[in-house]
Amino acid sequence: MTARVGVVTFPGSLDDKDAARAVALAGAEPVSLWHADADLKGVDAVVLPGGFSYGDYLRCGAIARFAPLMSELVPAARSGALPVLGICNGFQILCESHLLPGALTRNASLRFVNRDQVLRVENAGTAWTGDYTEGREILVVLKSGEGSYVADEATLDELEATGRVVVRYVGGNPNGSRRDIAGITNEHGNVVGLMPHPEHAVEALTGPSTEGLGFFTSILSHMAAGSPVNA
Amino acid sequence: MSEVPGLDTVAVAHENPDTPQPYAELGMAKDEYERVREILGRRPTSAELAIYSVMWSEHCSYKSSKVHLRQFGEKAPENDALLVGMGENAGVVDVGDGRAVTFKIESHNHPSYVEPHQGAATGVGGIVRDILTMGARPVAVMDALRFGPADADDTKRVLPGVVSGISFYGNCLGLPNIGGEIGFGAGYIGNPLVNALCVGVMKHEDIKLAQAPGPGNKVVLFGSTTGPDGIGGASVLASATFDDESHAKRPSVQVGDPFMEKLLIECSLELFEKDMVVGIQDLGAAGVSCATTELAAGGTGGMNIQLDRVPLRDHRLTPEEILMSESQERMMAIVEPSKMEEFLAVCDKWQILATEIGEVTDVTAEEAARGGRLVMTWHGETVVDMPPRTASDEGPVYERPYARPASQDALQADDAAGLARPGTDAELRDQLLRVLGAPGVGDPTWVTQQYDSYVRGDTVVSTPHDAGMIRIADDSHRGVALSTDGNGRFTRLDPYAGTQLAYAEAYRNVAATGARPLAVTNCLNFGSPEDPGVMWQFAESTRGLADACLQLGTPVTGGNVSFYNQTGDVAINPTPVIGVLGVIDDVRSRLRTAFGSEGARVFLLGETRPEFGGSAWADTIHSHLGGLPPRVDLAAEAALGEVLAAAAERGLADAAHDLSDGGLGVALAESAMRGGRGVRVTVDGDVFTALFSESGARAVVAVRPGEEEAFVALAGSHGVPVEQIGVVGGDSLSVTHPGGAVEVPLAELREAYEAALPALMSGV
Repeated sequence: MTARVGVVTFPGSLDDKDAARAVALAGAEPVSLWHADADLKGVDAVVLPGGFSYGDYLRCGAIARFAPLMSELVPAARSGALPVLGICNGFQILCESHLLPGALTRNASLRFVNRDQVLRVENAGTAWTGDYTEGREILVVLKSGEGSYVADEATLDELEATGRVVVRYVGGNPNGSRRDIAGITNEHGNVVGLMPHPEHAVEALTGPSTEGLGFFTSILSHMAAGSPVNA
Repeated sequence: MSEVPGLDTVAVAHENPDTPQPYAELGMAKDEYERVREILGRRPTSAELAIYSVMWSEHCSYKSSKVHLRQFGEKAPENDALLVGMGENAGVVDVGDGRAVTFKIESHNHPSYVEPHQGAATGVGGIVRDILTMGARPVAVMDALRFGPADADDTKRVLPGVVSGISFYGNCLGLPNIGGEIGFGAGYIGNPLVNALCVGVMKHEDIKLAQAPGPGNKVVLFGSTTGPDGIGGASVLASATFDDESHAKRPSVQVGDPFMEKLLIECSLELFEKDMVVGIQDLGAAGVSCATTELAAGGTGGMNIQLDRVPLRDHRLTPEEILMSESQERMMAIVEPSKMEEFLAVCDKWQILATEIGEVTDVTAEEAARGGRLVMTWHGETVVDMPPRTASDEGPVYERPYARPASQDALQADDAAGLARPGTDAELRDQLLRVLGAPGVGDPTWVTQQYDSYVRGDTVVSTPHDAGMIRIADDSHRGVALSTDGNGRFTRLDPYAGTQLAYAEAYRNVAATGARPLAVTNCLNFGSPEDPGVMWQFAESTRGLADACLQLGTPVTGGNVSFYNQTGDVAINPTPVIGVLGVIDDVRSRLRTAFGSEGARVFLLGETRPEFGGSAWADTIHSHLGGLPPRVDLAAEAALGEVLAAAAERGLADAAHDLSDGGLGVALAESAMRGGRGVRVTVDGDVFTALFSESGARAVVAVRPGEEEAFVALAGSHGVPVEQIGVVGGDSLSVTHPGGAVEVPLAELREAYEAALPALMSGV
């Protein structure tokens, strides 16, 4: 039986359909999860998709953090049991939930940026990056207005020292992120937050490449390797 | 007297027939006011006056344009694909597989001048609701923008605001922005154009209409609460020329909440899917006035509304203000009583406020003959009792006088052929780079990278290619392509031909992606209809579009007119923006503009004539506008379109790019830069004409190696002139001609092309 990967829809989620498509193209079964239901439906992993949950009111991700579904998701993710990938607004929600350190702030340009973006994979040991090799450069999509990753120097140093920087921007920093950080993971490697959108680089027809698919196939490999599943 | 102090009820109107009324301040002419009195057999209440003033405004009634717009129906080509024609919120065309597409373009020009960010944002919101109202899921947006000179101070205020507004609203809705255009010109200072297009996809059986059948059915208002924003927007803002006091109109611009609109879209689509509405209308210009009169007129003709039940965000609003408010993100549905509970449950799921404010009523035969009967009460007292059809469908119609301006002859006699041409290869090279970097020709990335083009994952082609293309469903390879084009310079020189050229360019852009053009929408941006010269431009323009659509078999499915784009006596160059929608059976065969294969032979399709009137070259190098625009040859456009579609279908082409602004030189440079590959071209005749002429019905095609013969035969079979002009390769654009040669490295092309907008917007 293939892995079942939940995709959460909050009010204002936009890339939920796209994340579900990427999950399906990777060979897993996408399962739709609703923000208001405190029910993970027994999924093996969860994607928090991009968008403007709750209209980005207050702060991006600040209100989504309190959704009933998150009360189930956060403890499971924090324990290391449940793999969670947060993309763009999903990354912001993970930071607001304190599953990941730091915060995402307005782009240095003060403008929304939509562009094809090269990333370098720095950590191929997480639940979501096992199918890549370290140092590999991949072309995906970046589209965000509040994508500048910030944290205090001590936190940044710790992230670097413990290998928790997952991907970094290559070929110019598009948004002012500290140390060119595009994605990070937690200490267990099960929770990954990405500002760029790998789910928009899964079909040659519609994306700049298919090099984003690896995040979604990685979770299947991770499951197959017998790692903890929804403990 | 009324129980509510100061309330102008129908009874009060009867008792005080001679109370002076502010019809003129509401933008109404005296004879229009007299007609209202005649219809009602008494003076209108202030609430009724509010309804008539907004519904009979130029913006809502098309009173100056109607007599000309009729041609789009009268000259409509036979076309089985048209499922819903003009008159509804948007036209609907069949694209095969049981699926249909609805699309429309609409202006939000005046609000975008007053408050660029919110004006443009709510322009997107409004057109998206029009598409949703037809029963379709909105799937993509585009926009056509015009601003004053790029280096003008006010452009630095208006352009970034407009772009951020479109970006903020469209991105937050999760709709990919797949294309559009941007242009600059002196006349647009003070009169920017913001034309937003939306396209939606649905199944045939899902089409919804603005109607209110079935007495006893409930009238439900859902979405945002009603506030004081946008009051008078329709009658005052959109229908009058700006004067020095326009800053005082700031509160008339609506404020958008895209998050609410996103919820409204998802909520409405779920309501449609569960078959819970029998009629639906969005609230745009003229708000509740428009929705109630149009729904009632489209149904039994009868409706009772309790206006005091409308949920307010400012409890002080009067009935008149509620009727005129243009608060955004509101919809009105007609719901059968048995489905009300379930309807409200769906709204609750999406956290959407829904309020029953009235019901559909029966009318007597006599009432029906008068135009139905719409009654509105305010805390139990009747403030409106009128035939709704007289407001929605029977507004005034003007045969505005029009006359070809005397100055037109001198303008056309001032031929661009007399302008100094480059005398040396160095000058030729310099002018090519200047045209390539001209605002309006150069790279629009500063603008377009603020728009999400990827969301929904169905974008197959987008900016900067010739048209946008989306896959219409996950389980299908079918797609639609869209392009909007308009050229104010051509239209100024000859409104009839200029409009046909705009249509031809959009048609060609769609064809250059491999799609077959199917249907047309339009946004007609002009000066004051009270100026006979402007009205002549409008008459010529509509005649040109109707004739062109008839000849090429693409019906006009809907559109929008924006008048009064002028400052004082000076009108903008007439700018009809034409949107063409095409269908492609298999999106995997789509063509893009980038040269993709080293060694591919490059062919020029079509005939090049020395035509420079209104060209980007004349404008950029000489700041000249005069003479005649390029000749229109619609049969040649159709033949070219066939060749491009067939070349895509048969896999003969590696890249294709239509020739328009700037001509062949710009097209080759763009294809080379986008593909990261140079091109070597040889020109036999006059190199200046070859590079800068803007003759229509032309495209460059890079042919897949080995398919050259088949491609030439294909062009020949459609009677399209075809000539091999060069080869893809190297890292420069090189042009060899009988008198010499010009070579520009790709890096230098990029520098010229990419520098213009960022430099102008630096520090903004």
